[in-house]
Amino acid sequence: MLGLIASIPYWAQSLLRVLGGIVAVLLPAGTIVYVFLFKMMSFMQSRLGPMEAGPFGSLQLFAEVGKWLQKEDLYPERADKFIFKMAPLIVLSSTFLLVAVVPFGPDAWFTNFEAGVFYALAVSSVSVLGILIAGWASANKYSLLGGLRAAGQLIAYELPMVLAVIGVVIQAGTMNLQQIVVAQNDGSIFGWDGLGNPYILTQFIGFIIFMIAVQAELTQAPFDMPIAESELVSGYMTEYSGFRFLIFFIGEFATAGVFALIASILFLGGWGVPFSWFGWTSIDSIDNWMNVVGPLIMFTKMMLLVFVIMWVRFSYPRFREDQLQRFAWKVLIPLSLVNIMATSVLKVAF
Amino acid sequence: MTMLGDRQQLAYIASQAADARVNVELETEGMTLNIGPQHPATHGTLRIIARLDGEQVVWAEPSCGYMHRGYEKLTEVRTFPQVTALVNRIDWLGSFANEVPFILAAEQLMGIEAPRRAQWIRTILFELSRIANVSLFLGDLGVQLGAITPVFFAFRDREYVLNLIEGATGGRFHPNFDRIGGLKDDLPAGFIDETRVVMRKMRKFCDEIEGLLFGNEIFEARTRGIGVIPRDVALQYGLSGANLRASGVDWDLRRDQTLPMAWDKVDWKVWTHPDGDSYARCWIRLQEVRESTFIVEKLLDSLPSGPVMAKVPRIIKVPEGEAWVSTENPLGEMGYYVVSKGELGPFRVKIRSASFNNISIVPWLLKGVYVPDIITILASLYFILGDIDR
Amino acid sequence: MAKVPGLLKGLGVTLGTMVETVTKGANTVQYPHEKETPPIRARGVIALHEGNCTSCMLCARSCPDWCIYIEGHKELAPPRRAGGKPRQVNKLDRFDIDYALCMYCGICVEVCPFDALFWSPEYEYSEPRIADLLHDKAKLGEWMETVPEAPELEAGAEKKGKK
Repeated sequence: MLGLIASIPYWAQSLLRVLGGIVAVLLPAGTIVYVFLFKMMSFMQSRLGPMEAGPFGSLQLFAEVGKWLQKEDLYPERADKFIFKMAPLIVLSSTFLLVAVVPFGPDAWFTNFEAGVFYALAVSSVSVLGILIAGWASANKYSLLGGLRAAGQLIAYELPMVLAVIGVVIQAGTMNLQQIVVAQNDGSIFGWDGLGNPYILTQFIGFIIFMIAVQAELTQAPFDMPIAESELVSGYMTEYSGFRFLIFFIGEFATAGVFALIASILFLGGWGVPFSWFGWTSIDSIDNWMNVVGPLIMFTKMMLLVFVIMWVRFSYPRFREDQLQRFAWKVLIPLSLVNIMATSVLKVAF
Repeated sequence: MTMLGDRQQLAYIASQAADARVNVELETEGMTLNIGPQHPATHGTLRIIARLDGEQVVWAEPSCGYMHRGYEKLTEVRTFPQVTALVNRIDWLGSFANEVPFILAAEQLMGIEAPRRAQWIRTILFELSRIANVSLFLGDLGVQLGAITPVFFAFRDREYVLNLIEGATGGRFHPNFDRIGGLKDDLPAGFIDETRVVMRKMRKFCDEIEGLLFGNEIFEARTRGIGVIPRDVALQYGLSGANLRASGVDWDLRRDQTLPMAWDKVDWKVWTHPDGDSYARCWIRLQEVRESTFIVEKLLDSLPSGPVMAKVPRIIKVPEGEAWVSTENPLGEMGYYVVSKGELGPFRVKIRSASFNNISIVPWLLKGVYVPDIITILASLYFILGDIDR
Repeated sequence: MAKVPGLLKGLGVTLGTMVETVTKGANTVQYPHEKETPPIRARGVIALHEGNCTSCMLCARSCPDWCIYIEGHKELAPPRRAGGKPRQVNKLDRFDIDYALCMYCGICVEVCPFDALFWSPEYEYSEPRIADLLHDKAKLGEWMETVPEAPELEAGAEKKGKK
């Protein structure tokens, strides 16, 4: 199969990659919205969720997309039109840029950067820009408050995210996401390689910090001050309706999916299963069917992590802005620095 | 713009500063934010005009009246049964509780008392209204703070109470069941057993809310120490209900005054809290729901038999006089001052609603708090717009 | 025993509810496929028993919203027994209740001295046009079929089953 793909012209390969990227972003977004937002949230609230559109409400997402698409394209009179229209696209583009570096299988990847981790963390900050200008350009005091809160919060929680990932990078010895996956599945815990070496076991603190930082980067409760439904109506998204709101909406859940994919790569072993199960020795010796099974494994791990994110989202009230910042600066960052020091010491020792 | 002289500029800036109390040297501007009248957080159409310095409130003022329905004027041209039907809609969540003080005032003017069974059933329905009202508060508290799940639990468990009220009176939200001299009808068969089951369910709901909200560290961080009302300030501003008891004042009209109702016939506890912050107000309401379930169960145990209506003429003309009756409603102290001139309807009714006095403390309380805390404080003070504006 | 932190307890509550909904079913009713039956005393719609009505106007006068419109005329009916004089009866021309105004308070049903008005728990009569919410004599008579028997009263009540 790989020979077949290598033989088609470059423009066709790029087209396949683009289509794959779109699927990789929209499919998780759609599944997350249906399974978690419509169904899991409803079950946690003693109700059944949408049941009318399609069997068990499975087509509700299409109905919602259709509803948003057919709405009037409004924007406030005093809004800065160009920036107002650009903001949702910036937020969504950062998701697409992020998924470009996620490997789905031994040969199923879009790009294979040597500094994949560095690129991923850098590109995930682009969405902050989008949120900030959405808040300013809306010509609405509530949006402004939401945008300013978002700026403070998202920038503050970038740091714990980066520092938590550094522990993984130290342990893996590389910033290449593909190599990190291989290092985890090829590794062993004190000589026993039945489970590989998923970094969640050794980098447990880093995992927790990363998940909390992801929760904050996605502006999900308990860190949803920028949206803060009961105060700011919808925060920076208040003035958006129709197609533009749809892009924000997709962006929110697609980013949740992609962050979960990255977390599963860094901590749960990514697309792989422990090599010892099939007797593989290196990445070249992996069978070709892994290219099809790998995305499925990634999908499962992503759903698991998003389950935890959404579970926390539906259960907790939200932090106040200053409590949020205090938590990031005074608790998470020192903890992650300690984690880095401990990891480097142990890495040299063992 | 014309060039202002130095002195004029200073005077202009000083007047702005005096008005908004912002720091002149930093040249920051205060932002005036209109919270409401359409807002997810205010329980209805309340408008709070807040002047902000960044995220801190410098000055706030509630502007109510968007829901004024002219109750006191309406009552001037209606008969007593019609007024009873209207008055249900003042505090629409615990609506039986609105009828009771009015009917008691009319009965006081007539000099009659409802039979014992009617008093018991009135108290039971009153406490059921309290449970329905305050359990919605507990759910709504979560939504104001960002936890979207408790409100569904609240609506789910409140349905049981509303079904009980509907089974007895015919209306879920507006029972219209109280009559001068007693009640419209007796309880349907099966009410007592069903009520016992529902009270157990409500206690389970209280435990769920306690686990989901009150034990939560984030909730404690959001509500402890926020919006502290000292004891004397609470008394000065005329707060009532749980707001007063949360500031340490041991005052409950059910215990502290004698009315022809059944509260003094059973043993129950008045909950107070010394702190006076938002956490205290919310915690007290949780305990009060539990206490109400116990009160209802004890009243059901001791329910006397007999008629539910005293001997009153068919067409009731309340004799001349003035009467004031107030009761401990779910929101606070609600009272009616009824002036009658011997006709079919009252001459004038003055409605003292609890929420109107409760929000009078808002300008004092909101100085210097952050914007998220505005929502917490308003949620913990708990008012219903129908009660404020009437 | 160490105290479970409140955060974990909250997660436990939501997970427990989710498991309960999946295994035992939700608390909600999928209207319009399933419908809950309201209690017997539920105030859904008012039904008119035209035979009992004497157009005494008590209901129209006591309605807080003045939503009942009654028009009648007097007629001469044949005497009850042979040889008597013809008696005057009130004949109902028009008896409309405007459900767009009705507050569902029940005062009209209560004050009717001839038991001509009854409550029925029927609630599905919403119309796309507000004018169709004015139910006339014929429609109010149709609601009579849905009026249930009054429920049995609780133990300790004085009267047995009030109308």
